[in-house]
Amino acid sequence: MPVKKRSAASSASSKGKRHPDDIFPMVLTSATQELFGCLADEDVTGENPHKLLRKDDIIQDIKTRAAVSDFSPVKQIVLDYPEDELLLVFDRDFVYGQCFYLVVTPEAKDRILNPPVLKTEEVFKNEVNKTPQPQPWIPQGSEREVDAEADTETREKLRYKFSRVRRNFGSPVCFSDRNTADAKDGYLECASYQDSRFSIKQMQRDCGMQAVPRLQSSSAQTQWKFQRNVFTQYVPRQLSDEEKENVLQSDSLKKFCTSVTPRILHALQQVQIANVFVDSWKALGAGVEDGDWAGKVYEDLALYQAFTDQKYTNNKKISTVNWHPTIYGVIAVALMKEKEERESESTPSFILFYSFSDPSNSQLLLECPDDICAFEFCPSDPNIIVGGCINGQVVLWDISAHVTHLQGTEPRSKKVSIDTDTYDLDDNKEKTPTVHYSALSAAESSHKAPITDIQWLPPTFEVTRTGSPADNKYKISVQFVTCSPDGWIMFWDLRVQKATRQPVIDAKQTTPRSDTFKHLDRMWKPLFRISLPKINTSGEYLPLKFSLEHYTCSGNKTEDDDEINDSSEVPDYSQLRLPSAKTLTALEDVNTKLYIGTEDGEIVYADWKPVRDESGRQHSGKPLHCYRVHDGMVNTVQRSPFFKDIILTMGSFNFAIWKEGVMEDLIIQSPSSEQICTAACWSLSQPAVFFIGKKDGSIEVWNLLEKTSGPAQVQAHVTDAKITCIKPWTASSKQHFLAVTDDQGLVRVLEIPKTLHSSSRSKGSSVKKYFQLEEDRLHFYLQKVDEWEKLKKEAEEAKKKTEPEKSPKEKDQPTVPSVQEWRDHQMLEESVLKEHRLWTPPANTQDT
Amino acid sequence: MLTDANCCFQAEVEETLKRIQGQKGVQGIIIVNSEGIPIKTTLDNSSTVQYAGLIHQLVMKARSTIRNIDPQNDLTFLRVRSKKNEIMIAPDKDYFLIVIQNPSD
Repeated sequence: MPVKKRSAASSASSKGKRHPDDIFPMVLTSATQELFGCLADEDVTGENPHKLLRKDDIIQDIKTRAAVSDFSPVKQIVLDYPEDELLLVFDRDFVYGQCFYLVVTPEAKDRILNPPVLKTEEVFKNEVNKTPQPQPWIPQGSEREVDAEADTETREKLRYKFSRVRRNFGSPVCFSDRNTADAKDGYLECASYQDSRFSIKQMQRDCGMQAVPRLQSSSAQTQWKFQRNVFTQYVPRQLSDEEKENVLQSDSLKKFCTSVTPRILHALQQVQIANVFVDSWKALGAGVEDGDWAGKVYEDLALYQAFTDQKYTNNKKISTVNWHPTIYGVIAVALMKEKEERESESTPSFILFYSFSDPSNSQLLLECPDDICAFEFCPSDPNIIVGGCINGQVVLWDISAHVTHLQGTEPRSKKVSIDTDTYDLDDNKEKTPTVHYSALSAAESSHKAPITDIQWLPPTFEVTRTGSPADNKYKISVQFVTCSPDGWIMFWDLRVQKATRQPVIDAKQTTPRSDTFKHLDRMWKPLFRISLPKINTSGEYLPLKFSLEHYTCSGNKTEDDDEINDSSEVPDYSQLRLPSAKTLTALEDVNTKLYIGTEDGEIVYADWKPVRDESGRQHSGKPLHCYRVHDGMVNTVQRSPFFKDIILTMGSFNFAIWKEGVMEDLIIQSPSSEQICTAACWSLSQPAVFFIGKKDGSIEVWNLLEKTSGPAQVQAHVTDAKITCIKPWTASSKQHFLAVTDDQGLVRVLEIPKTLHSSSRSKGSSVKKYFQLEEDRLHFYLQKVDEWEKLKKEAEEAKKKTEPEKSPKEKDQPTVPSVQEWRDHQMLEESVLKEHRLWTPPANTQDT
Repeated sequence: MLTDANCCFQAEVEETLKRIQGQKGVQGIIIVNSEGIPIKTTLDNSSTVQYAGLIHQLVMKARSTIRNIDPQNDLTFLRVRSKKNEIMIAPDKDYFLIVIQNPSD
């Protein structure tokens, strides 16, 4: 048994093949084989492996041999086997693990005994040859649907036969409709009703929701029924004294003080140590303006205000303008009529005073006998104005009565008279106050030509009759100088002169005039006069403008002088007497020389101290120097406000700068400009800047430190007409003005931008150095000119000497050295060429 | 005894004010209570009242600003610098001290 099993197991395991269920592999011993007649390889062979065994025999065998029987394991199978015969198959190749197997089921038996014959090949052939035939319909279930849709009669059709009474045969029949509800019992109804026994409760229902805002617009309007003004007046709350005492004594205050004090002290000290809020960028910028760098951008001169008075300035041109020395914002202009008008009409001429507060109305009028070409305020008393007329007379005004009116028109004063516009012109109060002139010089002793320049002598010295400068006791300006193209320069004095006649009382006085200078009226004569004879030729220079040095006294001041200086009282001029020459102390160090610009464009340097000639009479000496520099009339001779020895002179086309002391020539001369220059003035704040006005109405700003070949800035179209006068003025450190007047009677006040008026100390010294440099250059140049002249002279002389010698030996001597030279040269040429092996002997040599 | 203590307190306040007044450039000092009523001043009445009223509002505003940003924070000092002078305000619970200084630079 174990051998069988092992072999079965091993064979099974080794082969791995399971036998189908309908066969049972079994081993038959040789005895069994003999019994049943299925000996291996004898009865049953490979070709005939089948053997049918009778069921009864197997059962008999089992009964006989019981457990030993080989069929014992299949006992049950055999008993259950329905048929009588079982198939036993000889498994020669041990396919199922044993040498025999018993087929269990009759179907398998049939199958094994009668294996189905494979006729695949035949079938295949048949199919190809056959034509395709329609397949029988294979229903998939659609016939049910078709049947459902089909309309079949569920019952037989009902037939009704109606018959009528015989006599109605053939008569028409009428059919109609009838509603079922019309007849009773026409129909049977089976209505639905709610059965209470039966109810379904809906447990869940789907419903949808949407939220919609409910909007409602509404409006309301109020009515201000009762209008009422409401105001509140309040008074600050203040504690009474007892309350204050209480508080001061409270403990909490003490605590507060102790806690707060350190903070405060800290903050206070912090401010003193360093200014934490300073803007360092801005602070840096302030220093930039002081610098002199060439890339400076100039701002334009901005128009501050323009002044004109329609009543008086029509068809008039302005000859000169002056700022009032003390009152802020007051300008005085002198009007001049056109030439044609002057000859035809005899309307009075005026000097107009304008104030910043009222640009279209003049504040004060000074009546003049004739057109004024030049006028000046007295430096020590701004109420005295002296003017030079076109007819050569000198006019004097005193405006002390109207000074308050002028001061009242200062823009700073808060009183603004709005009413002036509403009043009629007939109202006397409205009219501009007019001041008649106080004194007029004697016609025969005045100039014969228009006075073109007037200058006050500074209060530091005065001039005696003899023309020598002397100490001025009262330190007020009482003398002035006039010049005119008639060739004379006259010195005038305001004081009462000796041996005067009784003043002529003029009965007709319509306009008020002051009595200050009554002593001078009609008989005013100059103190002395000088003429300017030409240096080399006969005739005289015709001065147009002049400049004298402003002398500041260097001597000791006595106590009296101080007292007089401090007193602000205006001395009564009529009481002043012209002192005699003996009482005055002469001043030696006054510079008595003048720079004079003439009508022909010359600059004359003269001394106004008259010299005594042999006969004891004094007459003016010849001028010291004359320079022909300018082409046209000289319109400006002005000293620099910073340097007393630098003078600017201006002709029609160019300007020149002179240094007093440098007698040879001017130190700077400008290139000629295209436009005619008509006015010039130094800047009051910067030493190297000056302004030039032109005929076309443009202003040039020159900065000598920047460039001398051209203006630093040109501002065109400042005015529409020819500029007649430019005067600068410093109102305050921030406001620097430039008054520009033109040919049409308009005064424009321009504001000088900060770049042009901010000055630094270094500029003064640098300008000085510059002028010094120019002076040195001039000297150097002149020196070189001299040297050149000398050389030229020597050369000429040398030439002169050699020339007469040469004339007899013309033929021989000139030729001999030349031939000799030629020979030398030839030899040199030879040697050189030989050196370079280039020499070819010439074809024909001209050797002698 | 009470009077002595009171005098002492008053003297302390005076002494504090003197110290502050003695600093360079101080133009005026005002002590104002929490309602804005000046208690002690070195300026004239009209200026005092004006300063007190205006600065009180400013301090309230400043303090509320600081506390709105951070409720745990509080204003300790306020300096208002203008072109001409500087106003320093030291607030406290019940009072505040205003000092007007003209910086010398």
